[in-house]
Amino acid sequence: MGDFIEVGDKKIDVDEDGFIHKWDDWSEDAANVLAKTENVDELTKEHWVVVNYLREYYTQYKIAPMIRLVLKETGKRLGQEKAVSNKYIYELFPSGPAKGACKIAGLPKPTGCV
Amino acid sequence: MSDEKIEAPILTGSITVPKIKENASVNQKCHHATEKHMEKLGFPIVKPVDWKEKALKKMKELLKKYRSLKLYLDICVRCGSCADKCHYFLGTGDPKNMPVARQELLRKVYKKYFTVEGKVLGGLTNAEELTDEVLEEWYTYFHQCSQCRRCSVFCPYGIDTAEISMAAREIMDSIGVGQKYCNEVLGKVYDIGNNLGMPGPALRNTLDFFEEDIQEVTGVDVKLPLDVEGAEVLLVSPSADFFSSPHVDSLVGYAKVFHKAGISWTLSSYASEFANFGMFIGSYSVMKKVATRILDEARRLKVKRIIVGECGHAWRVAYSFWNTLIGPFDFLDPRYPAPQHICEFTLDLVNRGAIKLDKSANDEFTVTYHDSCNVARATRMGDKPGGQFEIPRALIRASCNKFFEMPDNVNRERTFCCGGGGGLLTEELMDLRVKGTQPKAQALKDLMESHQVNLMVMICAICKAHFTHILPYYDIPMEAVGGIHQLIGRAIVL
Repeated sequence: MGDFIEVGDKKIDVDEDGFIHKWDDWSEDAANVLAKTENVDELTKEHWVVVNYLREYYTQYKIAPMIRLVLKETGKRLGQEKAVSNKYIYELFPSGPAKGACKIAGLPKPTGCV
Repeated sequence: MSDEKIEAPILTGSITVPKIKENASVNQKCHHATEKHMEKLGFPIVKPVDWKEKALKKMKELLKKYRSLKLYLDICVRCGSCADKCHYFLGTGDPKNMPVARQELLRKVYKKYFTVEGKVLGGLTNAEELTDEVLEEWYTYFHQCSQCRRCSVFCPYGIDTAEISMAAREIMDSIGVGQKYCNEVLGKVYDIGNNLGMPGPALRNTLDFFEEDIQEVTGVDVKLPLDVEGAEVLLVSPSADFFSSPHVDSLVGYAKVFHKAGISWTLSSYASEFANFGMFIGSYSVMKKVATRILDEARRLKVKRIIVGECGHAWRVAYSFWNTLIGPFDFLDPRYPAPQHICEFTLDLVNRGAIKLDKSANDEFTVTYHDSCNVARATRMGDKPGGQFEIPRALIRASCNKFFEMPDNVNRERTFCCGGGGGLLTEELMDLRVKGTQPKAQALKDLMESHQVNLMVMICAICKAHFTHILPYYDIPMEAVGGIHQLIGRAIVL
């Protein structure tokens, strides 16, 4: 395969698009490294709300949550009544929920017409 | 992997022929399918030592099986009518993206091995041996064709470059040289039932969300049923309708239409995908296997009708190929078309007064319509010629007050591909996709300026996903992309 990222002194395999191969290879440190590849300088509390939700959902359903669930759940976890906007997610993750957010959260890349 | 280096062409105000730039897009290559992806589809996992013989054998087989392919390779007179009709040529200036040049990549090998003049005169007839270099060109440039068939509209002989590109991809898969994006997705359909790889419980969870959401917004109890035996209608839609924005808004629209019409319907977790990338890779057997899931599920659930959602290439597969691929559909109710497009279904309800639309619900939008290539040029809809153009437009007019057509040179059968069709909707082709969107972006930008258009609707999941990501490169917001049933869903009086 060949592609990898360096997290501390560990090398973690990633695919051609930079997504981590193995679920268990992910760590908070790995997320910080992956964030840099997605034009996210620093993972803030708001980023972690999304990242943690993606990992929880994937653990249960073996797929990333669809966009509207992400918006609603993020809003809820931030203590808001309403869902956050699509724009809010794109501001946090410039390449979007399916690419940037999933990559940083260590999920496989969503496939299909997404 | 970073998008930083991608620059959208500057929109000059018209769609013009670019200066020729040799090899401008030669480095735009798709990821190769891995052994795992190839094995799943029954293709060789690595390129065999005798790959050349095997490729020519496959080519011979295809020439015999598809007489059209042989015809297309024989009859080109190089008049050049197609040369400036491809969005990827217009966007990149790479001469190999002229349709005639793209065809020539296969044609020169055909001439060398399958025609008398090519065997005797060789290079004088532009015949060329199949070599590693030629194969590399095939892989690159047959994955820079979105199989949109715009060039064929302008070809005086009707040569269909899409069919040539499908054949080339089929030959490549047969020697272990596959494309990751399509083959990975097809493997997920085999394993799980849809392009996303969304398992049944996740689908149910998603549908639950929409039931709650519609209830919250409208106060009406609209159901999104799953796996219901004995429902009247099986609705098969592209799985992006369960996942992405704006696709999901059309799903909500379908649900409201069925609810208001009082027709029982169901989605399926087994047949949870209308898309069929088997067509993109030119494989009849893969296409058949994917489509068979829908047939099997329709029988198992004992439905009377199959209605399909907003997906362009899959409408071609369904409308043009299903009958011979998985038909006949003699177990369905003969009073209805099989399959039936959701737009035809909804328009009939509107015309009969079975559902009412309040146009003012969409007054914030000034709308235009993007004809998706496969719907426009490879199918029909309804029972009248041109129905694939008129039915979607009739729905738009019925659901909003402000609608403006695209100019003639980018509309109806002359429409341009969004820039991401034909199995090219993948990250590593971002630069090509951005450039290939130039003609449609130009047309949209003009309408935004001249008529304050702020929403371009369409009935294709690929177009929706592609435009959402790409239009921002042209300073057009992603919110300008929508589906027809998104308009319907907002306008329908519940």
